[in-house]
Amino acid sequence: METLMSILIGLFFAIGTYLILTKSLLRIILGTSIISHGVHLLILTMGGVKAGGPPLLGFEEITFTDPIPQALILTAIVINFATTALFLVLSYRAYKVIGTDNTEKMRGNEDE
Amino acid sequence: MINFLLLPILIPLITGVLLMFINKHVMLQRWVASISAFVTVIIAAMLAHKVHTEGIQTLNLSNWDAPFGITLVSDMLSALLVLTTSIISFACIIFSFRGIGQEREKFNYYASMSFLIVGVNGAFTTGDIFNLFVFFEVMLMSSYVLIVLGGTKIQLRESIKYLLVNVISSALFVIAVGYLYSVTGTLNMAHLSERIASISADGQLGIITVIGVLFMIVFGLKGAVFPLFFWLPGSYYAPPAPVMAIFGALLTKVGVYSITRTYSLLFYHEGGTIQTLLGVMAVLSIILGVIGAIAYWDIKKIIIYNIITAVGVILAGVASMNEDALAGSVFYIIHDMIVKAALFLLVGIMIAITGTSNLKQISGLIKNYPGLAWTFFIASLALAGIPPLSGFVGKLLLIKGVFDAEHYWTGAIVLMSSLFVLFSVMKIFINGFWGKPLTYKGEEKAPVRQLMAAPVILVILAVVYGVGADFVFPYISQAANILVNPDLYIDAVLKE
Repeated sequence: METLMSILIGLFFAIGTYLILTKSLLRIILGTSIISHGVHLLILTMGGVKAGGPPLLGFEEITFTDPIPQALILTAIVINFATTALFLVLSYRAYKVIGTDNTEKMRGNEDE
Repeated sequence: MINFLLLPILIPLITGVLLMFINKHVMLQRWVASISAFVTVIIAAMLAHKVHTEGIQTLNLSNWDAPFGITLVSDMLSALLVLTTSIISFACIIFSFRGIGQEREKFNYYASMSFLIVGVNGAFTTGDIFNLFVFFEVMLMSSYVLIVLGGTKIQLRESIKYLLVNVISSALFVIAVGYLYSVTGTLNMAHLSERIASISADGQLGIITVIGVLFMIVFGLKGAVFPLFFWLPGSYYAPPAPVMAIFGALLTKVGVYSITRTYSLLFYHEGGTIQTLLGVMAVLSIILGVIGAIAYWDIKKIIIYNIITAVGVILAGVASMNEDALAGSVFYIIHDMIVKAALFLLVGIMIAITGTSNLKQISGLIKNYPGLAWTFFIASLALAGIPPLSGFVGKLLLIKGVFDAEHYWTGAIVLMSSLFVLFSVMKIFINGFWGKPLTYKGEEKAPVRQLMAAPVILVILAVVYGVGADFVFPYISQAANILVNPDLYIDAVLKE
């Protein structure tokens, strides 16, 4: 199971990296989102995907899955939400002010 | 009081929340922000004294024992850095009163500043690797707001780059934490150190080295080490002077601190690969920094490239890993934070007067602004490390340590870099302050007298720090001692 997950995560990273290296701003943001999905899956996989009950004491299982990676992912997800929201608003604003979403054309000189 | 080491994080946090409720009352905001920053300075000084007399302070949050809960650790290094951070934030807030403009102050400027301090102080104090990530994000999120606040074209453009680079480096940070967790099964730094030691004893060093290098890439991106510096010159160019000062003084230094902490506490078992890599990156950063500083005729760019040089110098000391070199690094990092903040603020005043940052359009400022000129002169000499001033002692110790570790080329390059750093700042002084006085558009309006307060405080501090090196040194050597003997840190946290 871990091997399969690793391949999937590798694909996520490859796609995300490809998108980040393109010119359009929106594709870059999609790339960062896909990379962070890969990151979150990676934490989950690194904690081990062995069978066990959900980490709730009411279930009275003998073994539970590791609760720490889940807490880490939850934290990382909300942080990533906030950053992505800011990034989207920022690129919207940049599109309105600069008038392009092509990163190649976002050079300009430094005195303006 | 056991919660004492929490106060440098808690006070700015509460202030930041309060400031958001009063964001239309500019005067009230100024009072609240400056008083709280001043209180933080005093608290941080008391904390440093407490750590000096009573040893490492640790606090297990909510009373969970060490490896299971989040532990905050204040050893001498973090206490000193928290104190320096508080002083610099106080100076930058005072500078902002006249230096930032009301329209920015009305839109949560001081609140963002407070949250930035929360992030930086938290990153210096935490003893948990994932908590370090969270404090990094607190710091970065506020820095995104500060860099774009105002919304001019150049700010928008540069903050997109800055945000993208930091989103990627944060993703890499989480990956590195994930790998480390799967190998060791813990997140507490002291506990990690023990586990890594036992893994190394089993001879399975390969994976630890890989994770170590991954952390180097993450913190190198935050701290602008060669070849990961590329975002810095543009991003730090965009925001106004006080923001630039606080970025230049604090943000890269958090990356440098994290490198110092992780490589002295976690990845010290096999010196070879990682230390060599760190040394090479440090030397290349120094070379790149001086090339940039010499090449530009733009006063902001010159100081910005000097940040990269300083990061290289500090890491050259860390790469040598002996007590002298580390004491030198600690001394130098504090000196550099203070002097860089002062220089950025002074450059900000020059730009406020002249309305340009192009050195070729500035000359003869010393005639009308002698105070500014001489403050800048002293700050430049301190930056280059002229003996009675603060840059000297740190660099002396550092070079002694580097030579003791037999890294002769590194030592030689650090020495040579001082010359070029001096040349680059003297270029500003000679071309900008000497020569025929010109008339400038901002001359009437610029409130130079009020703006000078903050940089003068910082420069006096830099002079005192250099002259009173004997008084400061026990603190510095205590910090270096913990870096050399990580067992002290582990014992203090795990209480064994």
